Amino acid sequence: MERSTFRGGIHPRYEKIQTNSKKIEHSNIPEIAVIPLAQHIGAACSPCVEVGDTVKKGQKIGTPNGFVSSPIHASISGTVKAIEKRPHPLGRDDVVAVVIESDGNDEWTGDLIEHENYLDMSADDLKKIILEAGIVGKGGATFPTHVKLSPPPNQEIHTVILNGAECEPYLSADHRVMVESPHDVVEGLKIVMKVLGVKDGYIGIEDNKPDAIKAITASLQDLRPADTNIDVVVLETKYPQGAEKQLIKVITGNEVPSGGLPMAVGVVVQNVGTAASIYEAARYGRPLIDRVLTVSGLGINEPKNLKARIGTPFTQIIEECGGLKSGVKKVIMGGPMMGMAQHTLNVPVIKGTSGLLAFTKSEAASFAVRPCIRCGRCVEVCPMGLAPNVLGTYGELYMFEEASDANVMDCMECGSCVYICPAKRPLVHLMRFTKREVIVARHKEKEKEEKK
Amino acid sequence: MSEEQLFTISSSPHVRAEDTIPKIMYTVFLALVPAALFAVYNFGLQAMIIILLCIASCMLFEWAFQKFAGMPVMAFDGSAAVTGLLLALNLPATIPWWMAVIGSFIAIVVGKQVYGGLGANIFNPALVARVFLLISWPVEMTAKLGFAPKPLLGSALDATTAATPLGAVKEMIQMKEPITSAVSQFNPTELFFGFHGGSMGEVSIIALLIGAAILFYKKYITWHIPVTYLATVAVFAAIFYFTDDKELPRHAPVWFHMLSGGLILGAFFMATDMVTSPITHKGMIIYGFGCGFLTIMIRAFGAYPEGASFAILLMNLTTPVIDMYIKPKKFGEVSSNA
Repeated sequence: MERSTFRGGIHPRYEKIQTNSKKIEHSNIPEIAVIPLAQHIGAACSPCVEVGDTVKKGQKIGTPNGFVSSPIHASISGTVKAIEKRPHPLGRDDVVAVVIESDGNDEWTGDLIEHENYLDMSADDLKKIILEAGIVGKGGATFPTHVKLSPPPNQEIHTVILNGAECEPYLSADHRVMVESPHDVVEGLKIVMKVLGVKDGYIGIEDNKPDAIKAITASLQDLRPADTNIDVVVLETKYPQGAEKQLIKVITGNEVPSGGLPMAVGVVVQNVGTAASIYEAARYGRPLIDRVLTVSGLGINEPKNLKARIGTPFTQIIEECGGLKSGVKKVIMGGPMMGMAQHTLNVPVIKGTSGLLAFTKSEAASFAVRPCIRCGRCVEVCPMGLAPNVLGTYGELYMFEEASDANVMDCMECGSCVYICPAKRPLVHLMRFTKREVIVARHKEKEKEEKK
Repeated sequence: MSEEQLFTISSSPHVRAEDTIPKIMYTVFLALVPAALFAVYNFGLQAMIIILLCIASCMLFEWAFQKFAGMPVMAFDGSAAVTGLLLALNLPATIPWWMAVIGSFIAIVVGKQVYGGLGANIFNPALVARVFLLISWPVEMTAKLGFAPKPLLGSALDATTAATPLGAVKEMIQMKEPITSAVSQFNPTELFFGFHGGSMGEVSIIALLIGAAILFYKKYITWHIPVTYLATVAVFAAIFYFTDDKELPRHAPVWFHMLSGGLILGAFFMATDMVTSPITHKGMIIYGFGCGFLTIMIRAFGAYPEGASFAILLMNLTTPVIDMYIKPKKFGEVSSNA
């Protein structure tokens, strides 16, 4: 397939060489796992265990509230020590965490149901398994997967795309999953296609991961069912290639309408890691209790790809990677473009932890913010076709209505504008602030109308 | 945890490209150095004095204003230095030193700081000063465009005054005589290398193109403004030249227009000023066309021999309007309308 591209984007230094050829290592089972009851976009879970209960690995400990929610499971076996507020890597201070002390046995719960012929199951049964397994998007956005697999009845879905772009610098977790478990990824895709009744599937991989492309292509040869089209699409290495809307544009040629979901153009996108988890859930009945993350940055002594249990504290992860070097200035959960800076290492790995980066002064350089000189680079790189410099100024001047008219809500906070800005203006920060204000204003408007 | 470490918290992204405003400004400065060096070679030591004076006084006025107004002092971010150098290159070498200082004051204070400083000015500061000086002291700004071959070896007395190419042509038109004799005084090679009278920095096309190449290489300018600008001048110049009155020709050939006056300096270094030009490529093309159209109209039919400065300043005015109407194409717009 010919390689097409999307408008805008940047070419940051990728810095993947430190980890992209390193095999995934298994992190130690944590002595104490801190499992927040909200690891996904949507409503937090309610705890369904009590302090003092013994739990087994894979046992449900949080039940979802509402449709856009996803259950949480114990990632180790042991005793529930506390159910209380703990620091959350996404800064959520509204949720509690279940704290489990390991009994050292690492025993699975007894009610896991294996399915040898998972592809013969009905779409509804598969969807139920995915919901019950607590599977959410592992790319970082953590949108509950079963919601994505439940299009409205009048919405036709014709394509499933697996996102193996991994365009964030430093990260190589998806890359390694594709290289080491291509079978699980492809089978996961087949399950998703089965659930949605779709015949066209694509796996998009950036061309800086030739071994992943090779591995997936090879396993496709053995695993591709006769009645479907599954293809690997080699993507240009450009950030944000893995952004859902940009990926769909490159692979299908269609633009998701402003404010719309990928479903609007008949596409569902899943991360490759999510696909592997879907396979594990359908085949072995295992819920999502661990994930692969990249631990890297100049501040880490031994950069690695680690498979860690959900709830493993960052301190342990860092210790297993040789500890922090001196002079670490910033710790980031996720990639350097969209990840979240952490104020403490006392937070756990959650379902969306794609990376853990420790930046030294040279990587996390801070700059003096200068006035905008209207160079237009942010306009050039914005993949959403916005004018970030103007939107930033609207935010600074509290001109939220104007910002809304200038489509600030289309901003996906990819950070390309901030990356390229020679004045080092904190544009994404201003966008976030502005978007929040716009949402609040729209909410108020709605309430007012309803009162009438 | 063994000890509590303090980490920096900030909004994503956590990595940045290397370019900064000072880096851009000093690169633009560097790109103007070939033209400045040629000016010194061509017009002598006095050119160097005026150039250094303009740079120093622009930075000084910037520093003083920011200090006085209680603003953060950013006089060394390179933007005042670029304005000073650009202003100097837009002046004749023979200008009295105090006029150059007044020009610097106009550029920095009236052209830039009163709007709020860097990034907020509507007009190109150096051009505001040039036009101010041109209107205030037309004789000093045009009549004595000194030309001193090999001045570094000879004395300043060697300086002679010579008409600029565009000035010579305009003179013929005003005397209602055919311009052919004025045009024939100059040949393309001479104009290209810059051995003739004019403002210090505009005469040597080759020196300016070397600088422009640096800006293109660094991606500080794109083709949109300069190419549209030059192409528009060339097309209109061609139309006028080929439809000219055979008895009393009043339009110079295309090469003459392209190689003389402030066109090249304007197209690559003034019209491309990021602050005062549109931010979208489509907007830049409209803007470039406007600059070209106004330049050739002033040259062909106006009272002044050269129109580049006026054209760019007038188009500066349209930039906010262009940016208001020419928006980047939003992702997802097509499908939502379909």
